[in-house]
Amino acid sequence: MAIELNGKIPDGPLEEKWDRHKAKIKVVSPANKRKFTVIVVGTGLGGASAAASMAEMGYNVKSFCIHDSPRRAHSIAAQGGINSTKNYPNDGDSVWRLFYDTIKGGDYRSREANVYRLAQCSASIIDQAVAQGVPFAREYGGELANRSFGGALVSRTFYARGQTGQQLLLGAYSALMRQVDEGGVELFARREMVDLVVVDGKARGIITRNLVTGELERHTADAVVLASGGYGRVYFLSTNAWNSNGSAAWRCHRRGAAFANPCYVQIHPTCIPVKGEQQSKLTLMSESLRNDGRVWVPKTRQDSLANAHNIDVSKRDYYLERRYPSFGNLVPRDVASRNAKMMTDKGLGVGPEPQRLAVYLDFRDAIDRLGVHKIDERYGNLFDIYKEITDDDPHQVPMKIYPAVHYTMGGLWVDYNLMTTIPGLYAVGEANFSDHGANRLGASALMQGLCDGYFVLPYTIGDYLGSEELKPVKTTHDAFNEAVDSVQKRVNVLLDSKGTRSGKARHTVLELYRELGLTMWDNVGMARTEEGLKSALQKIPEIKQKFEETVFVPGSSDSFNKTLELGMRVHDFFEIGELMARDALHRDESAGGHFREEHQTAEGEALRDDEDFSYVAAWEWKGEGKEHELNKENLVFENVKLTQRSYK
Amino acid sequence: MNLTLRVWKQDGPDSAGRLVDYPVTDIDPNASFLEMMDILNEQIMKEGNDPIEFESDCREGICGTCGLVINGQAHGPKRAVATCQLYMRDFHDGQVITVEPWRADSFPVIKDLVVDRAALDRIISAGGYISVRTGPKPDANATPIAKDKADHAFDMAACIGCGACVAACPNASASLFTSAKVSHMALLPQGQVERSRRVKRMVDQMDHEGFGNCSNIGECSAACPKKIPLESIARMKREYLRAVVIPNDAS
Ligand SMILES: Cc1cc2nc3c(=O)[nH]c(=O)nc-3n(C[C@H](O)[C@H](O)[C@H](O)COP(=O)(O)OP(=O)(O)OC[C@H]3O[C@@H](n4cnc5c(N)ncnc54)[C@H](O)[C@@H]3O)c2cc1C
Ligand code: SF4
Ligand code: FES
Repeated sequence: MAIELNGKIPDGPLEEKWDRHKAKIKVVSPANKRKFTVIVVGTGLGGASAAASMAEMGYNVKSFCIHDSPRRAHSIAAQGGINSTKNYPNDGDSVWRLFYDTIKGGDYRSREANVYRLAQCSASIIDQAVAQGVPFAREYGGELANRSFGGALVSRTFYARGQTGQQLLLGAYSALMRQVDEGGVELFARREMVDLVVVDGKARGIITRNLVTGELERHTADAVVLASGGYGRVYFLSTNAWNSNGSAAWRCHRRGAAFANPCYVQIHPTCIPVKGEQQSKLTLMSESLRNDGRVWVPKTRQDSLANAHNIDVSKRDYYLERRYPSFGNLVPRDVASRNAKMMTDKGLGVGPEPQRLAVYLDFRDAIDRLGVHKIDERYGNLFDIYKEITDDDPHQVPMKIYPAVHYTMGGLWVDYNLMTTIPGLYAVGEANFSDHGANRLGASALMQGLCDGYFVLPYTIGDYLGSEELKPVKTTHDAFNEAVDSVQKRVNVLLDSKGTRSGKARHTVLELYRELGLTMWDNVGMARTEEGLKSALQKIPEIKQKFEETVFVPGSSDSFNKTLELGMRVHDFFEIGELMARDALHRDESAGGHFREEHQTAEGEALRDDEDFSYVAAWEWKGEGKEHELNKENLVFENVKLTQRSYK
Repeated sequence: MNLTLRVWKQDGPDSAGRLVDYPVTDIDPNASFLEMMDILNEQIMKEGNDPIEFESDCREGICGTCGLVINGQAHGPKRAVATCQLYMRDFHDGQVITVEPWRADSFPVIKDLVVDRAALDRIISAGGYISVRTGPKPDANATPIAKDKADHAFDMAACIGCGACVAACPNASASLFTSAKVSHMALLPQGQVERSRRVKRMVDQMDHEGFGNCSNIGECSAACPKKIPLESIARMKREYLRAVVIPNDAS
């Protein structure tokens, strides 16, 4: 049975949809709010802001995270900034412009109404954050400062040095902790959601694994909000934090929530290149660096790359400036990444031998123009990070950068209310698919997470809670028993594998995880082909089988056990990776971050096929060992005209 | 590189712990300290043994999850970095490296190198915020804030909540952590309304959690990956005194 994909997009002109919708949806009375319990899984920008705001409104909120403290959610690592239509620099920004840039940046694969609402709410986010005491960068006159990010011709990005995510998250976390103090939020740290409990077709609770004791715990609720972040770590190497995972979303998917556009992955152009086989994660160098840094490679392959600055300017190819004169170094991420790959594919790369997988990001001209002091003020901490990791000083030599997996645009399918295809299950932040289409613009994830959590979900959830009849459920309900049993079985797969029982590691979790990651990077990475995707679809289940048979997981399930935690997440990554490859194979066009080599313009740009693929691919789980079913939500564009993206 | 790791192993909060020696071989000097720990764990598991439990997340010095006492120093020998930002090139071949958890009564050991730092969250919960609700707010530019003030507030807000200051302090005081939040908010106009109430409640909670008193030794600041200065504690003490004198924030 196919799923009904009703986006529930309100009627009326684009500018009025959100206001009209808010005026129409149900509001729960203050006295009744207290009677509802809402579970929020995740305490990143999406989860913390949602949990705090709902508790302030009067709902009982239970907040869960896998970390030891809600403040450690991966949002903390966001560096560069957050977009907003404030137009403080007076450079012509507007709600329309941010909307348009986001739709275009996403290569026309997102919903107009959602994106417009995001742009409308973006100004309130900055006001809210400042009221909380978030110390954004300021000008000497005491006003807030802005900078530019890729894919935009205006300066609309607010920032707090290179730690914008940290400061915004600490703002949301402080609001959350205030509600913990006031009793509106009950906090469950070191808990991993390992299953969703669905009763009578509605999301009514979750099963968590207590990461300290290993106990499987049951929690009931009237609605569940998933704010568990993205699944980029399916590639093993990425800029995502070590514990970021796709399991919470995947478990919901297996319980009936459609998974949308899994193949849309953002590969960020400016990361520190891979340095060796022992590497565990990649480090991002903020996109803000492209405000002043110039990207180049030598025009011809150099024998020695010992001293970049000795390469004469006439012998350098500032390829982004050459190919995209109007946006220059500030083209969107997918375009910048693909161009870097094009250069290294031609053998012009400047990274470590023999692959030379890197290009230069050079600050010499900016330092000459603005002085070291100004540059340090803007990027000092990023320069420090770079130096710490590479032992090279970007004041002296150009940075070497290369694309790396960074963000997943795909996620659980949600309607305009942010509800998934399971009634009562919502998804916010990176966990949903909603606003970024096939490519996210820089500084827009923080904006989306906070918009969802502060300004959208707390309203829209009332529409559900206020109109559904929700009978009380107990943790002894069969659905809870069944869920706990199924989790226990998954734990046992790892603890009873031949590898574990043999008493010596045939394969460790990391070994097989790396193997999956490499397969994904090679075949479902920056450039995809039918052949590569088919081979991934064959290989991934093979590695999964090897994993189930030979993996070694020491210790027991009833204690603190990091290997078991990771093993369970990796076990899900095999299935997620497979669906990503399947989606990428089916999407026989190029769009944003999804680049099928078969579909490109003469100049190597992504070539869409609007006729056949202007839809959201929402995949439906059909059961163990069965093929997913594809459901389509057609994208309707009433306000923008679909064109070939141009940044020239 | 080949090294010997002398690592604290402890089964749980109530078990006795001990130092165990592990040889670790073939380490790339450009590997990070935590990558070296991953490799060691791989080597241990290949033999069918239990790995060393430790925690990390961002692995770039911002989330505050990692935290090891390395050769007696919280976050290791390098200043102004977190454990995850240490590289093996900062050590030498053949070295014996001792690795222990944060030690403080308020941070019970969960297992091996993993401790429970929830006490820090409870300090924040007691007042480390500006009490505003979600909803319409004045325009963000309505109140100009001098750049140096804003920058200074940022310096204080940069604390990652790792707890190294507690681990480094002979009294296991959480003063640096608490003072960083108190300072961040006291420096901003938004933070004035609850200034007295905030510092009183946070300091009281800190005492209640069993953290020690500050006796101006300064080890905390030396271990702090975000260079939170000692003057921040001085400010907290002044704020606390002020709160005793002016208990009502209306001023
Ligand atoms: C290095 C880096 C820099 C970035 N810089 C920027 C930037 O400058 N601007 C921008 O706009 N975006 C940036 N991004 C993207 C942005 O940070 C993220 O998309 C965003 O923060 C995601 O927020 P979130 O709330 O959806 O999820 P997260 O912050 O990832 O939080 C996930 C939460 O879910 C919890 N969780 C996960 N699984 C479970 C489970 N099974 N059970 C219980 N809890 C669970 C975690 O504990 C955590 O609390 C950056 C990303 C990276 C990797
Ligand atoms: S003050 Fe420094 S050492 Fe203490 S918790 Fe904050 S960042 Fe860590
Ligand atoms: S792992 Fe995040 S600070 Fe070290």
